[in-house]
Amino acid sequence: MNLFSDLQTFFEHFGYHGPWTRVVEHCEYSLVALGIAAAIAFPLAVLTGHTGRGAGPIEALAVIGRAVPSLGLLVILAIKLGPLNPAVAMVPLVLLGLPPILLYTHAGIRAVDRATVDAARGMGMTPLQVVWRVELPAALPLILAGLRAGAIQIVATATLAAYVSFGGLGRYIVDGLSQYDYPQVVGGAVLVALLSLVTLGVFWLLDRLFVSPGVRSR
Amino acid sequence: MSIFDLPSEVQSSFLGLIGIQLEVSLGACAAGLALALPLGQLCLRLPRFYPPVLGVVTVIYSLPSLALFVLLIDVTGVTETTVFIPLALYSLAILVPGVVDALRSVPRDVIDAANGMGYGRLRRYLTVELPIALPTLVAAIRVALVSTISLMSVGGLIGNYGGLGDLITLGHTFFYTRLVWLGLLSLLVLAVLCDLVLRGAQRLLTPWARQYRSAA
Amino acid sequence: MITFENISKKYPDGTEAVAGLSLEAPDAAITVLVGPSGCGKTTTLRMTNRLVEPSGGRILIDGVDIRDRPVTQLRRGIGYVIQQAGLFPHRTVADNIATVPRLLGVDRRGGRRRAQELMELVGLDPVLAGRYPHQLSGGQQQRVGVARALAADPEILLMDEPFSAVDPIVRKSLQDEFLQIQAEVGKTILFVTHDIDEAIRIGDKIAVLREGGHLAQFAPPKELLEKPADEFVERFLGLDRGVRSLTFLPSGGLVLRTEPVLTVGAAPTPAQSALPWLLLVDGERRPVGWVRPDRLDATPITIGHSFVSGSDSLRAALDAAVLCPTGWATGVDAQGRVLGVASQDEIAVEIRAAHDRTVEDWLAQASAEPRDVSAARPTGSVGR
Repeated sequence: MNLFSDLQTFFEHFGYHGPWTRVVEHCEYSLVALGIAAAIAFPLAVLTGHTGRGAGPIEALAVIGRAVPSLGLLVILAIKLGPLNPAVAMVPLVLLGLPPILLYTHAGIRAVDRATVDAARGMGMTPLQVVWRVELPAALPLILAGLRAGAIQIVATATLAAYVSFGGLGRYIVDGLSQYDYPQVVGGAVLVALLSLVTLGVFWLLDRLFVSPGVRSR
Repeated sequence: MSIFDLPSEVQSSFLGLIGIQLEVSLGACAAGLALALPLGQLCLRLPRFYPPVLGVVTVIYSLPSLALFVLLIDVTGVTETTVFIPLALYSLAILVPGVVDALRSVPRDVIDAANGMGYGRLRRYLTVELPIALPTLVAAIRVALVSTISLMSVGGLIGNYGGLGDLITLGHTFFYTRLVWLGLLSLLVLAVLCDLVLRGAQRLLTPWARQYRSAA
Repeated sequence: MITFENISKKYPDGTEAVAGLSLEAPDAAITVLVGPSGCGKTTTLRMTNRLVEPSGGRILIDGVDIRDRPVTQLRRGIGYVIQQAGLFPHRTVADNIATVPRLLGVDRRGGRRRAQELMELVGLDPVLAGRYPHQLSGGQQQRVGVARALAADPEILLMDEPFSAVDPIVRKSLQDEFLQIQAEVGKTILFVTHDIDEAIRIGDKIAVLREGGHLAQFAPPKELLEKPADEFVERFLGLDRGVRSLTFLPSGGLVLRTEPVLTVGAAPTPAQSALPWLLLVDGERRPVGWVRPDRLDATPITIGHSFVSGSDSLRAALDAAVLCPTGWATGVDAQGRVLGVASQDEIAVEIRAAHDRTVEDWLAQASAEPRDVSAARPTGSVGR
């Protein structure tokens, strides 16, 4: 198919070092954004899940997060802050990563059997111990699912950020489109698709490593 | 800011854009649902199929929309279909698990009771299982529709196929902030409206059901 | 000893779950809180480990107000078993059991060892140690729950309907084993149930609660059956109180007849040939069945079940006699060898005699010391 010849042309033109740098750039921004989003969303969702309150706002945030066009956010910020400001990319990345992490983490903690939590309290665990030793490990499958969804969303948005002069793998796609250089477009698209698959793989591995066999979805 | 401050060509085509947006988004979701219903039913009947189907659908959903759009250019050129197909595939990713979960949510004993009363397969499916599964299913459809509406805006990057998203790309090209705001806000409002309408519809159709949160 | 001093629990919306309850749960005994739903029994239990804070009154453990200690310390010294077991799904059975010891600072290996000891105590196959809760049956999960509660060797055990979620057959064997374990460990136990039969079976003292946490009666099971305090308790106990109270009468006083017993293959004596029925036994004196003296080769009629003379109650004997088509109960020893038989009529006479003996005891006690009769202990713990 044309795909392979396009890819060949792509690597002939750009070599391997250039694309690799872009991959790294894409990953760096994504990881940082995921970290910030998790740092904000995670404690919040653990709190709402543990106490049972705040389900309504979280649900609303999830809907808004899904409804907001990421492209719109990127362009607005680019116009307001100027294209050279890293916040133009980072703010939408973090904002769009928040809703999935909030939603899944909250749901995961809520889903822990009330009897299990009651037993843990009755045995003399402090509230912190109940969260750390019982609720989190039991909710881990859903928590990881939320982090994965957030990561996927962030990688995709980072791809779009190239439209407003950000780097990363989207750069090849956007430039290629404006230059009518189709092999460049294909190169960027394939690379970012592979990156997404690697992200899925990483989370599969995390699930294997950290989720107790007793709670893995049967 | 008001849309009446915009040039008249944009005003009249604004409604046109809403129309295109709805047409493509609803169409893609409908196509996704049309595929997801039989596929989901298959996965229920033959559970062995579910993990691989789920895997394929998850992989598709993880691909950035821009990448999927451009890769399809080779096959369908730069047309509306190039946007339509990926949108339909993305909605599949949400709707197949949605259909499966929705049908699974029907309690076993209700199905047994229906069988015991002499319901035929099709009649049972249409009058017992689907109504009970409806709330969960509508929750999944909500998620799919809202995501599709928002995702469609990326179509503006490959041509004028982003529906209301075109306003965003236009605004960026011509540095026209108001246009960008118009695109962003109208997309947001449209998506939220669709969500609310579907919630209301579900409440009307199945008043006996409790409200379901969006499928995680 | 757990002392409840006029405790009450009132919720912000006005519902009064418990209203001024006072009682004393004695050491090394099972005190059962029983009553219909809404009677505050679970609330009272949960006030004991402060999962619910009382609105009024105090709870003392060995004279010390439970509020004087930090709450987590209090709870780590009290075993807590709930109906759904509440096992941690993400931990193995062994890790579940070792939870409190580990909280108290015991190391990994020590925890494992303790878990093994307890699995043996509660009758769990050691191979289950590495399994996860979702792989266990309901009865097994409950055993793990009990083992987990006993792990740190607490003095007190709180149990909230622990056997209600399993099917009746498993429930009975769990109750039996639980009584055996209690005989070994002698904990002070507060046990909540809605099943009056369970209460009578396992309780040393039973507190019957009315809706709103009002104490209707606090007495040992035999006394509860024989002298219910009011109409509510009577209704709650249900019908056939009399027959059920027979479980507290030993069968030792019943004289067993040996004349109808005939070994297989032997010839009946003339006296035996005159009897309506003969009980055939095998070489080891185990019961085979009943036959007519003139039809020794016919298929023997089953005895139904036997009762262990002395350790089983008169209720078991009566049941055996009623069940058997011939109307005779077969009395055996602990190894199952026939000691003799008794007819329904003879058992009825013995029931009367046992009652008369108890009444005499009662009269003698009442006249000797003018004391509260509710403190009278049952005449020994016979197979209930």
